[in-house]
Amino acid sequence: MQKKKVYPWYFALVSVFIYTLLSVIPGILGICYSFTDWSAYSQYIHFVGFKNFISVFSGENDYLRYISNTLLFTFVTVIAKTGLGLLFAVALSRNIKWKNFHRGILYLPSVLPILVTGLVFTSILNPKTGFLNNFLSAVGLDFLTNKWLVDPKIAFGSVMAVDIWRGTGYIMTLLIAGILAIPDIYFEAAAIDGANAWQRFKYITLPMLRQTLAVTIVLNVIYGLKVFDMVYALTNGGPGHRTEVLYTAVYKMMSKGLYAEGTTISSVLFIFMVIIGYFMVKILTKDEVVE
Amino acid sequence: MVYTTKNKIVQIIFKNILAWFASLLVIIPLLLVILNAFKADGETINMTLELPKQWLISNFSTVIEKGKLVKSFFNSLIYAGVGTLLTVLFGSMAAYVFSRRRSKGMERLYMYVVLGMVIPVNYVTLTKTMITLHLTNTTPGIILLYMAMQTPFTVFLIYGFVSKIPVELDEAAIIDGCKPMQLYIKIILPMLKSAIITAGVLCFLNNWNEFMMPLYFLHSSEKWPMTLAIYNFFGQYEMSWNLICADVILTCAPVLIMYLICQKYIVGGQTAGAVKG
Repeated sequence: MQKKKVYPWYFALVSVFIYTLLSVIPGILGICYSFTDWSAYSQYIHFVGFKNFISVFSGENDYLRYISNTLLFTFVTVIAKTGLGLLFAVALSRNIKWKNFHRGILYLPSVLPILVTGLVFTSILNPKTGFLNNFLSAVGLDFLTNKWLVDPKIAFGSVMAVDIWRGTGYIMTLLIAGILAIPDIYFEAAAIDGANAWQRFKYITLPMLRQTLAVTIVLNVIYGLKVFDMVYALTNGGPGHRTEVLYTAVYKMMSKGLYAEGTTISSVLFIFMVIIGYFMVKILTKDEVVE
Repeated sequence: MVYTTKNKIVQIIFKNILAWFASLLVIIPLLLVILNAFKADGETINMTLELPKQWLISNFSTVIEKGKLVKSFFNSLIYAGVGTLLTVLFGSMAAYVFSRRRSKGMERLYMYVVLGMVIPVNYVTLTKTMITLHLTNTTPGIILLYMAMQTPFTVFLIYGFVSKIPVELDEAAIIDGCKPMQLYIKIILPMLKSAIITAGVLCFLNNWNEFMMPLYFLHSSEKWPMTLAIYNFFGQYEMSWNLICADVILTCAPVLIMYLICQKYIVGGQTAGAVKG
């Protein structure tokens, strides 16, 4: 059987073409334009060498802060979602009543539009009229009330907390599937040998979950670096750029006509993610390549 | 022995407290939205979990009218629906060829496409590309964008399922005189049914929830999908949380219904890539 005839190359044409045209080419074009002074205010575009990159990394603007905010957001949400997801997954995988109810509820926020989740939380976290502060006052925990999204010191923390609220159930679901794929006999054998719950977790569950954990972390990192909807809805980068991440900054630069700056920080993200992405894709496709 | 049973009971109690606490954390915001969607104008200055004094269903009709929700519902449906159909059709064809050919070149091409799950969109140059192609503010434009965004994951997901279909089926069909297209449509596609449904449901959810692409590329309110419509409604009626909550419910209803019906496929698809049993 001739593979080339039976599985013609043009079957893949449309997918590869659209993906290349609207995803890859803009990315590469973006790298080219980041060496220019492209803006909305001039018809002409000049080559300026590394000037844009130097201005991003010299720290004279806030650009470096947008990058560090994005990395901080990614780091904190990945740790929290994975940790909490693992805790809930262990609790809800076996021997608990109502497990399908709990699983269904916890997964639910991840199917809702992220933007809508953000909008709802602007109300809940409102300092005067919001549900959270009113609730805390009502139960006598006044000292815990805060200007969640307004106070520059805690605004970014609040944004991350809402995102953890939204994303933990999804990670939990992946990890439950991973835990349920571990054969029961391992746990039974360990129980007979007298291993306690913590030992079973440490010596069976955790090692067997390595692959699943790697994948969930990869997915979370990808999401975190590209976050936009959540920040845009909750704070739109404010107060005073304290919660600004890469994509919200790019959006503002676009509307101000600062194309070269916008494309430069997009390209920094692009290059960064293609490099780590290469290894991530290797992890994701590992089993199939071996097959 | 007594010690272990006691320990077990403590464990079960702890697990249940944890589970109920987590579930409540998720339920309360949802309940807040549902209850307040039925309240009268003055009642939602403070959003509380009190029951509405009077259950006002009229909030929903007000929102549908003021928020132009009928138009944006159909916009969303077309963008998400057509985008999903085309992505899944062409994506599955690509995944099928990648998986069956297994040559060095095709393997590289597969990696190239899957890399799209990771790489970020450069919106600045994408805007330029879209303008050059005359695709901004058009329905085909947004559908093509959704296809470009969803193709990598779709190909990745279906690729795994194709390799489980025995090649002997293809060989038999070819010997019987099947053409490549016939082989794909008559033999392979039916075998891929559950993978196609899974990829389709996930693709539809992502497309329906997409906000950033319409924000950049759809400027006239006539073209807005529901996510963009609710964002603008929120801007205009910032004080009327009863109406916003009603809008939230209507915007989320399609994905919630889909979640309830297709939970198996959604969860299955999300885990298929992550867990290899």
